Amino acid sequence: MMQIPCIRCGLRDENEFVCGGTSHIRRPALTDNDATWGQYLFFRENPKGWHAERWRHAHGCGLWFNVLRNTVTHEITSVYAITEPAPA
Amino acid sequence: MTASRLPAPLGSRLDRTRVLSFEFNGTALQGFAGDTLASALLANGVGLVGRSFKLHRPRGIFSCGVEEPTGLVDVGTGATRTPNQRATLVELEEGLSAVSVNCWPSVGFDVGAINGLLSGLLSAGFYYKTFKWPNWQVFEPAIRRMAGLGRASGLPDPDRYEEVAATADVVVVGGGLAGLSAAVAAAEAGATTVLLTSGTALGGHFSWGTNTEQVAQIATLIAAAKRGGVRVLMRTLAFGVYDHGLLCARETLLPPDSQDQPSLSNGRLRERLWKIRARHIIAAAGAFERPMIFPNNDRPGVMLAGAAVKYAHAWGVACGERVVIAANSDLAYRVASSLKGTGVNVVALVDRRPPADVGAHCASITSTAGVRVMTGSAIAKVSGSRAVRGCTIISTETAGARPDRIDCDSILSAGGHAPAVHLHSQAGGKLRWLSDSGMFVPDGPAPGLVSVGACAGIFDASVVLNHAAEVGRAVAKGPTLPVSLSPVASSTAPGAGRSLAATHVAGTVGKQFVDLQNDVTQRDVGLAAQENYRSVEHLKRYTTTGMGTDQGKTSNINALVLMGEFTGREPAEVGTTKFRPPFAPVTLGLLAGRRVGALYRPLKHLPAESWHQARGALFEQFGSWVRPAAYPKGGETLDQAAQREAYAVRNRVGVLDGSALGKLEIFGADAAEFLDLMYVGTMSNLGVGQARYGILLNENGIVMDDGIVARLGEQQYWVNTTSAGVERTTAAFEEWLQCEYTNLKVVITSVTSRWGNVTVAGPKAWDLLAAAGLASAGVAGSFAPSAMKHMTLRSGLLDGAPLRVLRASFSGELGYEINIPADHVEALLERLWAHAGEFDAVPYGIEALEILRTEKGFIHIGTDTDGTTLPGDIGFGRAVDRKHANFVGRRSLLRPAARDPDRLQLVALRPSDGHTRLPVGAQLALGSPPTPTEGYVTSSYQSPTLGAPVALGMLKRGTQRLGERIRVHHLGTPIDAVVVKAPFIDPAGERLTG
Repeated sequence: MMQIPCIRCGLRDENEFVCGGTSHIRRPALTDNDATWGQYLFFRENPKGWHAERWRHAHGCGLWFNVLRNTVTHEITSVYAITEPAPA
Repeated sequence: MTASRLPAPLGSRLDRTRVLSFEFNGTALQGFAGDTLASALLANGVGLVGRSFKLHRPRGIFSCGVEEPTGLVDVGTGATRTPNQRATLVELEEGLSAVSVNCWPSVGFDVGAINGLLSGLLSAGFYYKTFKWPNWQVFEPAIRRMAGLGRASGLPDPDRYEEVAATADVVVVGGGLAGLSAAVAAAEAGATTVLLTSGTALGGHFSWGTNTEQVAQIATLIAAAKRGGVRVLMRTLAFGVYDHGLLCARETLLPPDSQDQPSLSNGRLRERLWKIRARHIIAAAGAFERPMIFPNNDRPGVMLAGAAVKYAHAWGVACGERVVIAANSDLAYRVASSLKGTGVNVVALVDRRPPADVGAHCASITSTAGVRVMTGSAIAKVSGSRAVRGCTIISTETAGARPDRIDCDSILSAGGHAPAVHLHSQAGGKLRWLSDSGMFVPDGPAPGLVSVGACAGIFDASVVLNHAAEVGRAVAKGPTLPVSLSPVASSTAPGAGRSLAATHVAGTVGKQFVDLQNDVTQRDVGLAAQENYRSVEHLKRYTTTGMGTDQGKTSNINALVLMGEFTGREPAEVGTTKFRPPFAPVTLGLLAGRRVGALYRPLKHLPAESWHQARGALFEQFGSWVRPAAYPKGGETLDQAAQREAYAVRNRVGVLDGSALGKLEIFGADAAEFLDLMYVGTMSNLGVGQARYGILLNENGIVMDDGIVARLGEQQYWVNTTSAGVERTTAAFEEWLQCEYTNLKVVITSVTSRWGNVTVAGPKAWDLLAAAGLASAGVAGSFAPSAMKHMTLRSGLLDGAPLRVLRASFSGELGYEINIPADHVEALLERLWAHAGEFDAVPYGIEALEILRTEKGFIHIGTDTDGTTLPGDIGFGRAVDRKHANFVGRRSLLRPAARDPDRLQLVALRPSDGHTRLPVGAQLALGSPPTPTEGYVTSSYQSPTLGAPVALGMLKRGTQRLGERIRVHHLGTPIDAVVVKAPFIDPAGERLTG
């Protein structure tokens, strides 16, 4: 079980959190075409390595925030607010 | 088998003053305190312990530890029976009862042993190749019965299991020389240190030996550990290393008469799960022995050599009267001398190696001990089937040499070491193959874990001591290890012999087992190679080698070596399968802990549960809530009670506890805008005190939940969700608010448990409320239907408790949903109940509510809808079209699939004959089967008001098919039905709004 550093509460066990999948996905406008909407709904990268994803401290403070995690080693190098851009 | 007890001081683990009685396969036997079940069985001369998994061959005790492949027994009787326990790990207790696994009717006479005679047919892949026609499922049950090991009790486990979480700077796994040394060094360097040992004594090999120097060395280390504050957990087996330094271990608790045990009314505290978050893990788990491969190397009486030494010293048990050692390593010579020292008669040491590979010191060891050594030799035959009676030895060097037959009752297998690299591998560490010693060892440290001692391939005691201490000090200081401390196998000591990987004995008759537990022979491995299996993962699955409860602890290396040989590769090229947790089997009870019975899924209870109980409520589980389904009177069935209650609501008045209803408050300057984004309906144009029904979609346009939204103030809304949907709705609101609409100023608070809800419905609803004193409870106007319109909300005050009264109805009658703080629900129910007699009011349950809403054609989310339902399917197409603003899921409703006219749509159905109930789930179709389905029934009840069944369903193009006859197919019986107009009752809604 991983430990995730909530940006409000600090390091907590993974089972206090829920994962919301990939971060930084732009939500298309109502007027965008079906293909764009379909990409947004159903297509996700599944990277081996670094992945920016969002987690919620659901059984804690309730905050959603971003996590930069390595999907192979589970190393977490960065946590940042949901409105912040992914670290370069 | 003729094992017997050796005299003290041998048997250092035993307390010979405490005799324990136990039972094995119904026979009463005795052992001593300190015995394991295995040592006690051996001391009693019980050699035949079980039957093998596939071939039902007789098997005995093979080892003295966690790697035991064959000495498996079911321990305990009745509900506490625990299957497949390794006899080598079961501590003997007074009254213990154990039975053999996988044999019928008895271990001595086993019907399944016929498989052994048919074994020529039962090679690797046999099942896959043979039982293909007509299909595997036909044969599976019988094969599963024949194969397999122990049997679970089938009864609820009365024993308790608990879970403890802990943290530590350093966790050391293993209490031998290396583990103690590392733990002492880490603690002395200031680290909070925990040491886990699966055994009952610290010191590993040194703990049971008779070497006084070694015993003193261990005593010193134990004293230092105590001084340094090392927390030592005995009988605690580390079984898994998980992400971010989480180590899980099983502590086995002592029997009820020990001080560990809390007093429990029933059962005992059996095991404790430790979840330790460690900054650093030091693995000091030791090494296993690698068995030799020779014909019939599975006979009871064949045992690992190191185990025989430990049985002699620790438990005072001689493995036999005439012992032959089958060797492939220098280790065997020390075993021979050590056993000789205990008085065990070692008649021969048969070394596979040519003299050139034998260590320089070996000859002197055995000549001092007076053991006959035969190098360049192998065991070609073992006589005896249920016990070893002798063996035949051939030369592997000289062709045509005369075989030598030796009488013996015990054959010890000394093929070299196999470091226990499991935790290293679990932590993600890589392995390196050492061909000279035939071992896989850790290739550098794993993330967060470093190996010391034998599990790092280091066997020289002084090197072990220093290396482990250095590692302990280094990890105590920081997270990164100096490169120089990476575990390296100690370079082969000068003069040491080589221990090349053992292989099978060619040109002999009889099965040469690689995996004793899964009955895999060298021939099976050869067959896999011949059939072109190359990957080690495929080899494992095709032959089943390395599977089962021991996961190949004594077989993996030999299987890899053979695979390499058959395919012309080095073991390093063959590679290993990945070791995954658990290192050893753990009980399900341990993993479940206290999360069993009522705590498995804790249920929610209504605040006024006792009031309902007193009214004779029949409670049922609805989602996570326990709620009254109905209140049966004098012998009524649930159905009859629900009919009576629904009729009473329709004609008089009923009271429902709606406290389970989901309740949220939404605050903030942008609350209105936010709700418009969440709901299909528009909530921003509600006036204060007005309420509106709305449905919620997910981004796919699927209906997720519904409910009523009321405006409490300019910046404050009251939101009702379904009882089951409040968690997912709250979570969805939060995600949209925090992740997408981040500019909106909104706060969401769930008040489901803070506010209870009492719903009063029926034509006499207001009369009951007025009589009960609610006529004057309104703060800003009366609740009377004349003064308060349908779908409005008003505040009130009753006995000091605030009220939020919503005039709304799920029953189709005049309805008041009185929200009141949860601790006042019972008082309100009492107050209403005091006047129930005046109006012949009833309490009603969920079943009556379902009848009432179905009569009105109101949907129930999750019953009439599913994970494919769009708003247009349930009559909200126009609501979507009318709304101009965007909302969650809207874009998905524009996709061609969402606009397909052939979609299923909600319809009302009645049976043509006017009296046959349409079963829920029954398929709708025009023709006779086989025919494509056009929909299904979702809700169906007998209407007490109409005296006829009513139903809802989803039907292709349903809204276009009013009046059409359709067939309802249920378990082969067709029922004729008609698509009718909903609702069934009060189509104009006069009862509701009047």
